[in-house]
Amino acid sequence: MYSEKVMDHFMNPRNVGEIADADGIGEVGNTVCGDIMKMYLKIENNTIVDVKFKTFGCGAAVATSSMATELIKGKSIEDALKLTNKAVMEALDGLPPQKIHCSVLAEQAVKLALTDYYKKRGIDPEPIVGKIVDCEGCHHGEENS
Amino acid sequence: MDKTIYFDNAATTQISSEVLNKMMPYLTEEYFNPSSLYSRAQKVKNAIEEARKNVAEALGADPNEIYFTSGATESNNWAIHSIVEQNKKNGKQCHIITSKIEHPSVLNVFKKLERDGLEVSYLNVDAEGRVSPEELEKTIKSNTVLVSVMYANNEVGTLQPISELGEICRKHNVVFHTDAVQAIGNVKIDVLHQNIDMLSLSGHKFHAPKGVGALYVRKGLKVENLLFGGGQERGKRAGTENVASIVGLGCAIAEATKDIEVKNRHLKELREMLLSGIKKIPKVKYNGSLEHGLTGTLNFSFEGIEGEGILLLLNSYGICCSSGSACTSGSLDPSHVLLAMGLDHGLAQSSVRISLSKYNTSEEVEKFLEVINPIVERLRKMSPVWNEKI
Repeated sequence: MYSEKVMDHFMNPRNVGEIADADGIGEVGNTVCGDIMKMYLKIENNTIVDVKFKTFGCGAAVATSSMATELIKGKSIEDALKLTNKAVMEALDGLPPQKIHCSVLAEQAVKLALTDYYKKRGIDPEPIVGKIVDCEGCHHGEENS
Repeated sequence: MDKTIYFDNAATTQISSEVLNKMMPYLTEEYFNPSSLYSRAQKVKNAIEEARKNVAEALGADPNEIYFTSGATESNNWAIHSIVEQNKKNGKQCHIITSKIEHPSVLNVFKKLERDGLEVSYLNVDAEGRVSPEELEKTIKSNTVLVSVMYANNEVGTLQPISELGEICRKHNVVFHTDAVQAIGNVKIDVLHQNIDMLSLSGHKFHAPKGVGALYVRKGLKVENLLFGGGQERGKRAGTENVASIVGLGCAIAEATKDIEVKNRHLKELREMLLSGIKKIPKVKYNGSLEHGLTGTLNFSFEGIEGEGILLLLNSYGICCSSGSACTSGSLDPSHVLLAMGLDHGLAQSSVRISLSKYNTSEEVEKFLEVINPIVERLRKMSPVWNEKI
């Protein structure tokens, strides 16, 4: 069901944990949709110097969180904002269709953490980060065939 | 990888060697069409009838009340549609009743019929997953034509008060169907005394092959044709019989129902080991009924973590389990069974089902208990919702 890359990131997730003095924290998802991701960012000179995550969810949820942290660590904020769920998916060699929403959550968790970063600095995040709809791409409640 | 530890017997079981041996001739030299006239073919026909007798005996039924099918999905669809169709023909505005925790092969038939305009009621279950006979009696109306309630639940193992439900249906002259897939070989069934009018079963849940099952229909109750064609299954379900599998089913059901007590004694020991071992892990909820449940089916919610993660890590040790959480089944919705039992979404997502068979050993349970604690700890460390102080 999962690619080797997904399994690797699930079995050996990178950057698990919390950052006590994080500059930005983003939490996305809920137990109704089945996954919750929490992303912690440490930012210095416009660069993401450290990132940690905690995730409640399936194998894909853990793997997408882990991959997202790898993709933004050491990058500038501008680059991190360009992270898409598609990029996360591709880096993991794909996801089963019903797990695509996990990659959406990973992208949103990063963006919400950056939103929090700007808010903390008294800057309106919306023109920079954009509006984030919680649980976008999560189709829970749909009739299964 | 170590030897596989198979704890997913509610999903399917391995074919027993005796069953396979009984089947082999019908896959090789006894290939004749049972409908043919010559004596070699008649021998094959007799093997089918022998299997039918075994199924009937296991249920306390008569052989001519048994129809072979491709499995319980077919049996369930057939039973429900058959009763509804007959009553529609009579111009009746039908009302049908089922429970909220049925297998999809019953539940989705009811939902389809509901979309088609039938009046449908879904019975609630209590925290242990049991339907209340009182609620059933209150739900039955003058136009109720069918009640379908499963014998034992596949996710949590809870047994329904089938005899009481049967009695109520009989009193109100309503057809009572039960999906007994999980019950065969685990509890003693007696369709006559339990007032069961129709019963579905599936071979691969008790060491017969996949793709074969049966439907019991009480004598005197009319059943609609499922498949039109030749005269097989007394004309009701046409098509050349799946001989080897039917023979396997007959052999397996005789084996499974002869040793119910012995099997349950063994499974009870394993269950006690599992219960006391898992109790040592903090914040674990047992889902089901120890008093009214299958001995071999156990369901636990591990607070703060999601079921699929546990399954993937168990798999890395060669241990096969299932999750009630829907993630694994391709849908994102958590188990409808656990939600109906009153669990919140978080707990419903964090469930794992262990289902045992007579082949499982205490060594396997020990190995499982060895690895489950570190797996849970590892995932909880990763979880943003886990807080042991709560």
